[in-house]
Amino acid sequence: MNSHHLPLRPHRFEGGIHPADGKAYTTSGTIRIPPLLDKYQLVIQQNIGVSPLLKVKKGDTVKKGQQIADPVGNISVPLHAPTSGTVGDIHDISGANGAPVPAVEIIADGKDEWCEPMECYSDWKNTNRELLLARVKDAGIVGMGGASFPTHVKLSPPPEREIDTLVINGAECEPYLTADDHLMREQADRIIAGAGICAKILKISHVLIGVEENKPEAIRALRTAAKGQKDIVIVPLKVRYPQGGEKQLIYALTGRKVLAGGLPMDVGCEVQNVATLAAIAEAAVEGRPLIERVVTVTGSPVVDPGNYLVRLGTPVRKVLEWAGGIKKEVRKLILGGPMMGFAQSSLDVTVSKNTSGILLLGADEVRQFEAGPCLSCGRCVEACPMRLLVSTLSKVCENERYDLADENYVMNCLECGICTYVCPAGRPNVQHFRRAKAEIRALKRRK
Amino acid sequence: MESSDKMENRAPVQPEPAAVRLPEAGTLVLSSSPHIRTSLNITKIMAQVMLCLLPAVIMAVCHYRWNAVRVILLCMIFCAGWEMLWCKVMRQKQTVRDLSAMLTGLILALNVSPLLPWWLCLVGSFVAVIIAKQVFGGLGQNPFNPAAVARVALLVGAARPMTTWAPLPSAFQHLDGVTAATPLTAASQSAAQQASLDLYNSNEFLWNAFIGNIGGSLGETSSLAILIGAAGLLLFGLIRLYIPLAVLLTVTVFVWIVNQVSPGVTPGPLFHLLTGGVMLGAFFMATDYVTSPVTHLGGMVYGIGIGIIVCVIRIWGSFPEGMSFAIVIMNALVPLIDKFCYKRPFGWNPVNAFQPRRGEIK
Repeated sequence: MNSHHLPLRPHRFEGGIHPADGKAYTTSGTIRIPPLLDKYQLVIQQNIGVSPLLKVKKGDTVKKGQQIADPVGNISVPLHAPTSGTVGDIHDISGANGAPVPAVEIIADGKDEWCEPMECYSDWKNTNRELLLARVKDAGIVGMGGASFPTHVKLSPPPEREIDTLVINGAECEPYLTADDHLMREQADRIIAGAGICAKILKISHVLIGVEENKPEAIRALRTAAKGQKDIVIVPLKVRYPQGGEKQLIYALTGRKVLAGGLPMDVGCEVQNVATLAAIAEAAVEGRPLIERVVTVTGSPVVDPGNYLVRLGTPVRKVLEWAGGIKKEVRKLILGGPMMGFAQSSLDVTVSKNTSGILLLGADEVRQFEAGPCLSCGRCVEACPMRLLVSTLSKVCENERYDLADENYVMNCLECGICTYVCPAGRPNVQHFRRAKAEIRALKRRK
Repeated sequence: MESSDKMENRAPVQPEPAAVRLPEAGTLVLSSSPHIRTSLNITKIMAQVMLCLLPAVIMAVCHYRWNAVRVILLCMIFCAGWEMLWCKVMRQKQTVRDLSAMLTGLILALNVSPLLPWWLCLVGSFVAVIIAKQVFGGLGQNPFNPAAVARVALLVGAARPMTTWAPLPSAFQHLDGVTAATPLTAASQSAAQQASLDLYNSNEFLWNAFIGNIGGSLGETSSLAILIGAAGLLLFGLIRLYIPLAVLLTVTVFVWIVNQVSPGVTPGPLFHLLTGGVMLGAFFMATDYVTSPVTHLGGMVYGIGIGIIVCVIRIWGSFPEGMSFAIVIMNALVPLIDKFCYKRPFGWNPVNAFQPRRGEIK
């Protein structure tokens, strides 16, 4: 219905870079199934919005997939036990951003028994869309690309907004990560089913799946799975970071521009990540809640890098043990990719719904230096996917002139980190912008 | 679902029996993303530009032998020396190792006569490094191209030594009358005397100018050497073509128009492109990061400005050459160009909540 929106131009956006991507460590092989652990440390709030309320207490027996925390309000999702066993301590552990967060311990009984299953909507095409939407929420599904925004909220746009295209993000533009790539190769059926379910919930039929050209196997698998479905189009995209940025992806696939400060729904689009779709299909068709996800364990120090199907609440220490540990000194441990991931100081941080990768960087890969003067070479300006005048902005932010930063559109920054990556003077551009955005938000709130 | 069944039937991987080595928490560095950086740095950029100037240096040494070696070495050593001295006296971080002063010295040397006395090299280096760069706050803060400022200062303050040209070695002397002075000076004298300019438009002369069989400043003789260096700049990804193309096209069009309107005033466009400092200036001086506009559009405006000014000076001004004047004048306009040639952000919208209003926050 909307295929005339497809641009004929190569599918890319303006700006961007292609850093050394490090994907070769983990492109081969299959997704590995790790053994069961003795215990899991489940962070209770794994979604943006309101934290769910824990409804079990220490000593309770739980089954695999049993709901152990109830959502509070609409922008919240439930949490499920990753295995069967008993509830242990409920205490604070270190979260992905370094701050302590409440977590619940599940001590496994080794039987890994499923709880009473939810109803399977095998025939989802003839299932009521309200039921499907409710299942997305009940299964605890959030955006698994990193944002962890509750998916059911995203799938229920205000009625006055007309959505006509479902945009699926299979770009995986972050260097090193291959979790989505492997998922697309091995679970293309689930992803296509998930896309169909989302389209049904949104009452649309047009689906565009964007995959970077460096994943030919994934593209082939998706095309095979979507055979005969005219409304689902798989589009190979130029390999360019941040191709998976929401606005960049919509622009590359549909030629529509989300205006500054706007949302995808303003241009009739809805963006979902492939991992989220697989989880939706699993929840609807097989009745299983979100208790595990594919995680890339990679980096030059890792002995045996690969992709693992990791239960939520697994400590990073265990995942690294499965991957054979390290063979050289490690300087950085990152949850997520190298461009937008979070550095960690402890191996006890656990895998949550938005952990797409565990990346280790060796001493030779982590550059520590003093920032030099800006040469105005324009590399950042050329590479910025939001077309910001980075060099000017960086200087005004450095001088804490947040009024000028605001006038130069710093609020449009998507914090992809390209400007810091390309800077030959080693200036912390994106770091300046993060601070400026926080300060400006605070100033505007105070007004 | 077939594929998922396959995955779930896979046997769990067995952990290594022996204790595996894991990262020690104490060695982990915390910082905000991005965690990887480009391997490029300022020193590398400066070194690459110097490498790209190598063909011009080789050409200069072939032409002027020891005179060239002497001037190039003196300028580079003096520039580095002034930078070191400044950092020491002002108790600043020593910045001589970023090679920017050495590069300034090299470009300055290529802009002066091979017979320049050593003390003028010292003065030129002082003007370039101290007056044009360090007093403004060092690298990245200077509004004017240091080498261009130094050349202008030397040309105005020491006109005679700057325009005393060494005779070329005999191998190059088969175009009598052209090699004694620079072709630019000779041509402008001929034009003033309303003599014929045919010599300067002849294929033979233009070919000699292209490969470098003419007199001039050290780096200005061979356009071929500069073009090879320019190819290097593009290959290393150091410059974009917006600025040099704008300069060269503007010079071509401007001279062509002048020739159409009043023939005999000046030689043709090719003469102007191949002689004097246009090539060197367009590729190596106008493209200086610090003193050129940051957007592509701004770069084009800046290049067109340089092209027009250099033609006006050459054709109607009292100096036979005007490249460094043109660069310095356009440097002064860069803040203005940057103000008007900005980029609108992706998805820019005038009636949007994210559209900041002037003075909204103080």
